[in-house]
Amino acid sequence: MSNVAERVKKIVVEHLGVEADKVTDTASFIDDLGADSLDTVELVMAFEEEFSVEIPDDAAEKILTVKDAIEFIEKANG
Amino acid sequence: MRRVVVTGLGMVTPLGNGVEGTWEQLARGVSGIRAIDRFQVDDLPARIGGQIPTEADHPYRFDPDAVAAAKDRRRMDEFIVYGLAAAIEAIEDSGWKPEAEEDRERTGVIIGSGIGGLPNIAEASKIMEASGPRKISPFFIPSSLINLVSGHVSIRYGFQGPNHAVVTACSTGAHAIGDASRIIKYGDADVMVAGGAEAALCRLGIAGFAAARALSTSYNDAPTTGSRPWDKGRDGFVMGEGAGVLVLEEYEHAKKRGAKIYAEVLGYGMSGDAYHITAPAEDGNGGFRAMRNALRDAKLDVSAVDYVNAHGTSTPLGDEIELGAVKRLFGDHAYKLSMSSTKSAIGHLLGAAGAVEAIFSIKALNTGICPPTLNLNDPSEGCDIDLVPLKAKERSVKIALSNSFGFGGTNASLVLGAV
Repeated sequence: MSNVAERVKKIVVEHLGVEADKVTDTASFIDDLGADSLDTVELVMAFEEEFSVEIPDDAAEKILTVKDAIEFIEKANG
Repeated sequence: MRRVVVTGLGMVTPLGNGVEGTWEQLARGVSGIRAIDRFQVDDLPARIGGQIPTEADHPYRFDPDAVAAAKDRRRMDEFIVYGLAAAIEAIEDSGWKPEAEEDRERTGVIIGSGIGGLPNIAEASKIMEASGPRKISPFFIPSSLINLVSGHVSIRYGFQGPNHAVVTACSTGAHAIGDASRIIKYGDADVMVAGGAEAALCRLGIAGFAAARALSTSYNDAPTTGSRPWDKGRDGFVMGEGAGVLVLEEYEHAKKRGAKIYAEVLGYGMSGDAYHITAPAEDGNGGFRAMRNALRDAKLDVSAVDYVNAHGTSTPLGDEIELGAVKRLFGDHAYKLSMSSTKSAIGHLLGAAGAVEAIFSIKALNTGICPPTLNLNDPSEGCDIDLVPLKAKERSVKIALSNSFGFGGTNASLVLGAV
């Protein structure tokens, strides 16, 4: 697992208060991890902070799963 | 006419978590006022307050984790956490857990706050200045809004009846109880969860009330002596925080399900001073009319009242004006009743005060104990009725009256009676 993936999953665990083993690559924040629309906004803010990237609103709307987040960040930092 | 009774009680106060712990200490004359240690105070003129105890060795420690998980508390400023805690206690106490859709639709919530999420607003404003709008949390607005205590309580319990919130400064709690009782009387609901919550004890809150010259500033080195209603040495109120919530219920509804009944809401009176934004009308006219209207609503003569829980904030002006209004309304009977200010022990809980004090009045009805006015060593001239100085007093209390007066000249009085 890449460093980015580990850090993303850690943030998801902390912010959504879910068990680490539920935070799989394909897990959807809303459908699988119990997040609501406000949680997803806050998650994106946390990713921005952690990885020093800017995630524009139209990109943020497409980050629905753990994998979406990892891929966006890896691309942005790549 | 539908009658309204009280079937559940809950509170978080500077004396601790829960009604029993608070009342036990209040009756013993314990003070919950302390040196503020939660935020920087060295540049503030008032450095004492009724801070909710969270330290591990406090006998009635408040544990926010017991109210909501840390991740959920990011959605709530502290006043919501306190309000939710008091509501949970009151609802559990009442035993009212409606499962049927119809029962849920007949159960509402009306919990207000004087100020709402002030610490959160102050904090978000700093973030905005330092880092710009993209750093503002999506939870900022819903964690600051006053009606979100009612919102959270309704969401947690599925109460789908009237959902409301009062904002009348320091009269909030009393107005919420009075308005909730009217909602039940009018038939819009059978059960209402009503009260007030406040957590404005922060740097901005202290600075603001101090600027209005409302706070005590002479007792920073002796915190427990700072709140001293009617005493010659009083110099302003001591700010507290917390929440009080009651479950109000239509009498037949409560009887039918075998609920324990603490008291009946007999009367509710309101008035406006129409005088000044912070100072009470000098002749006490606003308080006088609120009390008169409440007794009229209760269809009771002044002579029926045994105990008055005064607004009594420990300000130089307000205490004597209220006492003057009591003397004018009650006449000779003012010398037969007992009146105390429990703000002497817990400080001024602002929007929560009226609800917490209504519960203290109910405890006086139930126990025959009038809680004391602490630090009343040397009463001001003319403060010559029984103000229950220093020590609680045992007497039969069948009818109690609780006063709340707020900035803007908004006044509310409740008349509560044993059932």
